[in-house]
Amino acid sequence: MSTLASSSARLEDAAPSWRLRFAAMGLDGVTLLLLPAALFLVALFIYPFLYGFVLSFEPKQGGMFANYARFFSDPFFANTIATTMKIAVPVTILNLALAIPIAFRVRLLRRQRLLTTFLVLPITLGTVLVAEGMLFYFGPQGWFNRSLIALGLISHPVRLVHNYWGVLISLVITGFPFTFLLTLSYITGIDPSLEQAAATLGAKPAARFRHIFWPLLLPGLAITFCLSFVQAYSVFPSAVLVGEPAAATRVISIAAYQSAFEDYDYSMASAIAMIMAATQLVVVLIVFAGRALVYRGPVSSGKG
Amino acid sequence: MNRSLAERLWAAALWLLVAFFILNLIALIATVITSSFATRWLGTWFPAAFTTRWYFSAWDEFQLGDVLTVTFEVVFAVVGLAGLIGVPAAYAMARRDFPGKKLVMLLFLLPLLVPPITYGIPMATVLYRTGLGGTLAGVILANLVPTVPFVILVMIPFIEQIDPRIEAAARVFGAGTLRLFTYVLLPILTPGILAALLLVLVRTIGMFELTFLTAGPTSQTLVVALYYAVFAAGVRAVQSIDAMAVIYMATTLVWLLIALRFVNPTQIVARAKQAR
Repeated sequence: MSTLASSSARLEDAAPSWRLRFAAMGLDGVTLLLLPAALFLVALFIYPFLYGFVLSFEPKQGGMFANYARFFSDPFFANTIATTMKIAVPVTILNLALAIPIAFRVRLLRRQRLLTTFLVLPITLGTVLVAEGMLFYFGPQGWFNRSLIALGLISHPVRLVHNYWGVLISLVITGFPFTFLLTLSYITGIDPSLEQAAATLGAKPAARFRHIFWPLLLPGLAITFCLSFVQAYSVFPSAVLVGEPAAATRVISIAAYQSAFEDYDYSMASAIAMIMAATQLVVVLIVFAGRALVYRGPVSSGKG
Repeated sequence: MNRSLAERLWAAALWLLVAFFILNLIALIATVITSSFATRWLGTWFPAAFTTRWYFSAWDEFQLGDVLTVTFEVVFAVVGLAGLIGVPAAYAMARRDFPGKKLVMLLFLLPLLVPPITYGIPMATVLYRTGLGGTLAGVILANLVPTVPFVILVMIPFIEQIDPRIEAAARVFGAGTLRLFTYVLLPILTPGILAALLLVLVRTIGMFELTFLTAGPTSQTLVVALYYAVFAAGVRAVQSIDAMAVIYMATTLVWLLIALRFVNPTQIVARAKQAR
């Protein structure tokens, strides 16, 4: 209110009336500060996406839809969607299933900082370093297998790297902290007096969760699920380094990368990137449609 | 408060899970560090003896001097540019309502929500077509795509909490937008800007996908060089790669520790909270 008044007051003496009219709409010198950021993102985010979209319809050979036809008819390409889903869906569900109960415990903790600092480590170090460390630690000679043998839980080392499980473990190591911290930030955003009120009225923990937290958390959990899923779905370095990139973990991003940088077929690579984006979008839409089925009501009521 | 046995068991099981996760995480990192100092480590709990020579050989083999130079050139360019472009934009978003604001907000949210590898491939294609692919400038531009929106989204709440009367007073005394920024807003916003830029710094050192897709042989950052070293494992000694990984961890963690003095760990991911 007062900023608008002051800026239009300054403009009043010299500026012609169209400047005033724009200023009244909220468009003045200050709004123009947006331009560099907006133009930059249009040039390097929106434009490449549109460019890639158009390029995907201009294949090296064949008609307009040749890339897409090739993707869905050649199992070498088409199977990457199923392969990626087989990794991303279980990982996302596992991370969320671990994150929700643990976040409910940690919420009551006064000194969360040490724990959250530890959990931020794998996120900051990134998948490449986690994969590098996993190769030895989860390998046949690593401490993990040695400890299990020493404890008598297994008799021979279990194969945990260079296969499906390697990618799964790496995605839990980097994905669980991410899911957990997001969930925690949603849970701590719920007004604690709501739970206290329910407790006063005699609701047991299970009932409090079911009737108070669950409906309030659902929108946040849907977003957390989508973000975690999208991250897992676009797994790349660990699928190459601790996975089996030629077979069990040939995920869709590997196919896109190979098309672009090994076959130099940017048109095909763009088509795969578009398919990747589309499948992610489909899952996100399914999650939000599912949420609407489970819970109808105000999205953000009762938040502190 | 009375707690039943089942509740206690449930709580204990959850804490056990957390402990198990953190124990494995620490052991994983400890493995890398131990191995980087090991002379020979095969079939035993601990290496036979310790040495520092892998650090010297890794430094030469992987040209880590050059790689580190490139890394910091990229990182500081990204931090500086993201601040210069992002903070004024955040100010405009926080202070003005204009038609199409929701659309602009969406433009700033999308690069944070869409995973880098998805938009990175078309972006790398465009950069290579314009001749920027494989150059230092290309890597910097690519890394700005997620970091500019990140700065904007972190800064908007910081700016919104400043009393607009302070700016009004400066305007009354005749300050233009530039003077308002340098003499009034910048001093008030310094803690927020510092926090945002430190987070950008940490994220850019660890940003693998975008750098990997746009970097050429002379514009690799440390994390990309590490990927290639692990990818070609068997060519070099494992300990040498581990030494490189330790150097990477050290460069990241130093900045993370500095950043954590100013921000809460949850802020590193909670950007998505504003994404609603």
